[in-house]
Amino acid sequence: MTGNNSAKAKKSIEIFEKYKGWLYLIPALTFLGLFMVYPLIDVFVYSFEEGYNFASQSYSGTGLYNFSYVLHDPYFLQALKNTFIIVIITVPLSTVLALLISVMLSSISALRGFFQTVYFLPYVTNTLAVGLVFMILFKKTAYSDGMINLLIEAFGGRSVDFMDGPYWAKMTVMCIYTIWVVMPFKILILTSALSSVNKDYYNAARVDGTRPARIFFRITLPMISPMIFYLVITGFIGAFKAYSDEVALFGTDLNAAGMNTIVGYVYDMLYGDSGGYPSFASAAAILLFIIVLTITVINLMISNSDD
Amino acid sequence: MQVRLEHVTKIFPGRDRKNPKDVYAVDDFNFDIPDGKLIGLLGPSGCGKSTTLNLICGLLKPTSGHIWFGDDDVTELPPEARGVGLVFQNYALYPHLTVRQNVIFPLQNLRGDQKLTKEVMNARAEEAARLVQIDGLMDRKPSELSGGQQQRVAIARALVKTPKVLLLDEPLSNLDARLRLQTREEIRRIQTETQVTTIFVTHDQEEAMSISDLIVVMKDGAVHQIGRPQDVYDDPANLFVARFLGTPPINVFKGSVKNGLLHIGDTPVLQVRMPDGETYVGVRPEGFELMTEGSDPLPEGVCPLECELTAVEVTGRDTSIVSSHPDCLAPSIRSIMDSEAASRVSGSKVRFRLKPAKVRVFDRNTESRIYDGK
Repeated sequence: MTGNNSAKAKKSIEIFEKYKGWLYLIPALTFLGLFMVYPLIDVFVYSFEEGYNFASQSYSGTGLYNFSYVLHDPYFLQALKNTFIIVIITVPLSTVLALLISVMLSSISALRGFFQTVYFLPYVTNTLAVGLVFMILFKKTAYSDGMINLLIEAFGGRSVDFMDGPYWAKMTVMCIYTIWVVMPFKILILTSALSSVNKDYYNAARVDGTRPARIFFRITLPMISPMIFYLVITGFIGAFKAYSDEVALFGTDLNAAGMNTIVGYVYDMLYGDSGGYPSFASAAAILLFIIVLTITVINLMISNSDD
Repeated sequence: MQVRLEHVTKIFPGRDRKNPKDVYAVDDFNFDIPDGKLIGLLGPSGCGKSTTLNLICGLLKPTSGHIWFGDDDVTELPPEARGVGLVFQNYALYPHLTVRQNVIFPLQNLRGDQKLTKEVMNARAEEAARLVQIDGLMDRKPSELSGGQQQRVAIARALVKTPKVLLLDEPLSNLDARLRLQTREEIRRIQTETQVTTIFVTHDQEEAMSISDLIVVMKDGAVHQIGRPQDVYDDPANLFVARFLGTPPINVFKGSVKNGLLHIGDTPVLQVRMPDGETYVGVRPEGFELMTEGSDPLPEGVCPLECELTAVEVTGRDTSIVSSHPDCLAPSIRSIMDSEAASRVSGSKVRFRLKPAKVRVFDRNTESRIYDGK
């Protein structure tokens, strides 16, 4: 009898040992499921439900109408265009600039700590505060043309209304702002990537009389390329999700300013003045998801084909 | 290419208030490395041997002194202008380049009238690869090679520019024991074939002894002895050199010379022609002879060295007798006998007669060798 019991106990312990990993995962899985997976599925469902109403929890039908509406909405198309311009300009530019600054930071020894701190400051500064500073720099008011315009005029150019003027002027400010905000993180990652390259590679290259440019392109760059790819991928994702930077510069009515982004469009559809359309918001969110997914997959394919 | 170091000193300045002392990594080095020889820089870690190598290579500049390659003073020349090939301890092969690209890399750096055509570069890379026998691996990445193969690629990359001097930093330390034996013979072969002056750094005395034409024994930034391996082994200049060379190491006892007799403790063990004084006595493991009933009598006034027996280790080829003696600096004495010796050991004590040719005497204070008048 006892033998049988102990065998049973042994068996149950065995089962416990086998599955205990799952037991420890339960809290995390519960939270992830409740607050991540379920809403994600819900958004997907909403995007196919026409005229969904939060209050009555009802909808008039199912189909692709939401997508069709969003894709024909001029505001969405404007947001799409803005987002793509921001992505295409800021991601490569900020990465290249961050790389340049990191390489320069690595090659100096005096004041390195000081410059590293200076370059990292934007990262810890509040977005809205930075937006305010940019406004002061660029905004043209009745009293002053703003710092940048004063500079342009000093060099003999004509002042431009950056904040309320032509589209390209607003976009310029937007891109400069975005690059400025995303660079600290990239510099941080790249300087640590650069310092993790074994010095022996550089010594070996020096003994062989390798020119600095060749050292950079044939040794440094390939060695840190995994980090660069990481920054490009996360940079793309981050830029596609741009919204708060736009609000910091142009206020909440981004449609009026013509500077809306896809995330901004989603937000407006949910909570804006013209809001209350969760179905359209969901459809726009799903479209954004598809775009980001596609770009990321392409990025990964390119980075993997390199090896 | 003959390499000459003339009063070369390298001081690393104290870093901060916590480490204010200047470090003399290399202190007043003077030595000549003859053309076409294989030289081993040997010493315990931290003795400045890698620094010496970097000074010869040009990656470091000496604080004072001069380095000559033949008749040229290269002290101020950057590494690329010296015509040296350097093999790093970790090989430093570019991981993203194939073996061929790695080997060809130094050639692609040549500019001006030294510039080579693609065909010539490829031919030279192939030639270097054949020399180190990696010509079948040219299109692999370094990560797909074994440690020994990576080592060969690194040597090929260093040789492809036909350097005047080949420098190897701890070339065998990253290899397993079997590969180490094989690779050191390989380095010897490559050196013999190319006749390039080769300097390698090692902390393994066996490695240095086995393949070098000349070894430089270093400690704490100072050269202790330079010479042919056998000469340095037979005639160590001081206690450090004697203890550093040889496996198993030399057995050191506290001793003294009194009236022409060398004593270990109170036991007179050998007749010597030396002034009286306190000494260290070094006896090589092969310098002990087991005394048994029928042994030849000892000379007058000399007694056998009596030790406590600890163990007898039989390896087949020979026998090690492990014993202890209160005046020995180490807890155990290791002596090597022929294989029959094991059968002659009995009881808890062993008695040894010392072979005069294997005994070295050092001054107790200066630790430098006292030479026998013979």
